[in-house]
Amino acid sequence: MSATDSFRVYLDHAATTPVRSEVSERVFDVMNRFFGNASSIYTEGQEAKRLLEESRDQVASVFNANGSEIYFTSGGTESDNWAIKGVALRNIGKKNHIITSAIEHHAVLHTCKSLEKLGFRITYLPVDPEGLVQPADLESALDEDTCLVSIMTANNEIGTIQPIKKLAEIARSHGVLFHTDAVQAAGVIPLDVRDLGVDLMSVSGHKIYAPKGVGALYIRKGVRLDNLFDGGAQEYNKRAGTENLPYIAGLAKALTLANTEMAETSERITVIRDRLIRSVLSEIPHVRLNGHPTQRLPGNANFSFEFIEGESLLLLLDHYGFSCSSGSACTSGSLDPSHVLLAIGLPHEIAHGSLRISIGRDNTEKDVLRIVPVLGKIAERLRAMSPLYDDYTKCLGSNETPCERCGQQNH
Amino acid sequence: MLYSDKVMDHFMNPRNVGEITDATATGTVGNAKCGDIMKVYLKIENDRILDAKFKTFGCGSAIATSSMATEMIIGKTLDEALSLTNKAVAEALDGLPPIKMHCSLLAEQAVKAALKEYFENNGGIPEDKQEYFEVLQEDEHSV
Repeated sequence: MSATDSFRVYLDHAATTPVRSEVSERVFDVMNRFFGNASSIYTEGQEAKRLLEESRDQVASVFNANGSEIYFTSGGTESDNWAIKGVALRNIGKKNHIITSAIEHHAVLHTCKSLEKLGFRITYLPVDPEGLVQPADLESALDEDTCLVSIMTANNEIGTIQPIKKLAEIARSHGVLFHTDAVQAAGVIPLDVRDLGVDLMSVSGHKIYAPKGVGALYIRKGVRLDNLFDGGAQEYNKRAGTENLPYIAGLAKALTLANTEMAETSERITVIRDRLIRSVLSEIPHVRLNGHPTQRLPGNANFSFEFIEGESLLLLLDHYGFSCSSGSACTSGSLDPSHVLLAIGLPHEIAHGSLRISIGRDNTEKDVLRIVPVLGKIAERLRAMSPLYDDYTKCLGSNETPCERCGQQNH
Repeated sequence: MLYSDKVMDHFMNPRNVGEITDATATGTVGNAKCGDIMKVYLKIENDRILDAKFKTFGCGSAIATSSMATEMIIGKTLDEALSLTNKAVAEALDGLPPIKMHCSLLAEQAVKAALKEYFENNGGIPEDKQEYFEVLQEDEHSV
């Protein structure tokens, strides 16, 4: 377990991705050649406008949407805020109920919390131990006051992919709009808005090898929602602010590349992920996999290491050259571990010991699997100094079940 | 970097990890639910701490403050050990990020919990030392 200064394996692609060279070249090219304001009527402006509409069409074609249904934003957070607040404010005083899930990204959860202050009633649907929303739960939560259902396509922590088509169909059958936060899924798994039947869909650039600060919201033709930003007439009067053309062109480039390469990339990364999961579970004791065994994002592996706290694990992994993330309280900046891990039923102490490895297109199988022996040694080292592991090993010698000292069952 | 070089040094190479099998007193504070537990073992003779060891489940700063706190009390008299504060531990580590200050209280509380056990097994806590143990009533997460 020796570290060199240069050896690094980046395994946190669910947090952000490096910008692809094809994308950064495109961004710089547009930045250098097309500085005009797309709202201006002279040549520079009209060239920018043409490029803007080309980019819109490119993004639309990836999701089988029409160009007029794609609106560029500053990223996933803005798209989520716009979709939810936009529909809510459109319906305020008429329909004041929104349904979402307990495992959404904070961009959705905190938006819903802020709407609660305006008098909206929010239902947070539970998920099963593998992170799936049950269609029957959605069915029974819908009522005549519901104006919106917002369920993420795939979870950022545990990678579970929701049955969006089924959920959207239930919402539609009640005449209720359906939004999905597809920030983790867009460019990674096939998304056809017509087939899925969604009304609104959030997309982000920096999860798919485009720069930070750009995203899009799909708004199905005919869906009415209030604007989040007021000002000029950009984005067909729906999203004011001079368009960030270089990044928009970069987003279109990144999505087009991702879509073209999707089948090959997804297959290759899934193989690596499954080998990683098998290796970790078979070679390191007291580890469990979080999330769904098969209905999960190709690059996502999320484990809980018992008797270990996640931040310590991350610091040691970083020392040995691996960049990962954890749902422990200490890495979230709050006192509670990840709301996602608690929602799938993990006890606090197990949630504190979680590790998310998210594999990207630049990772080789060899590099990813190099983490396994390192993880094994780190787990051993941290357990050796963990009073919880002490209690566990001492209890192994006794017959107390369930154990009151260490809280563990079945040992 | 989130942590100072000194915190990283004590996290990567923690001093005094382990148990003292014939410990004079032990103290355990924190709980797994909150993500940190520290257990400290003290060997005390003639009102002096001859040795201290710890086991900690927690984040980088919890482990580093455990290491530093035990370093700071080894060889000290009980009175000196009683005056150890979480602030002094944090300062000895060249500071902690604000959201991590509660971890340093964990270390102070663990030492105090062990000293409390020692006094209670040896005739009770002297009246003039009661104030040192008030910290055990504090919620570490309010710091």
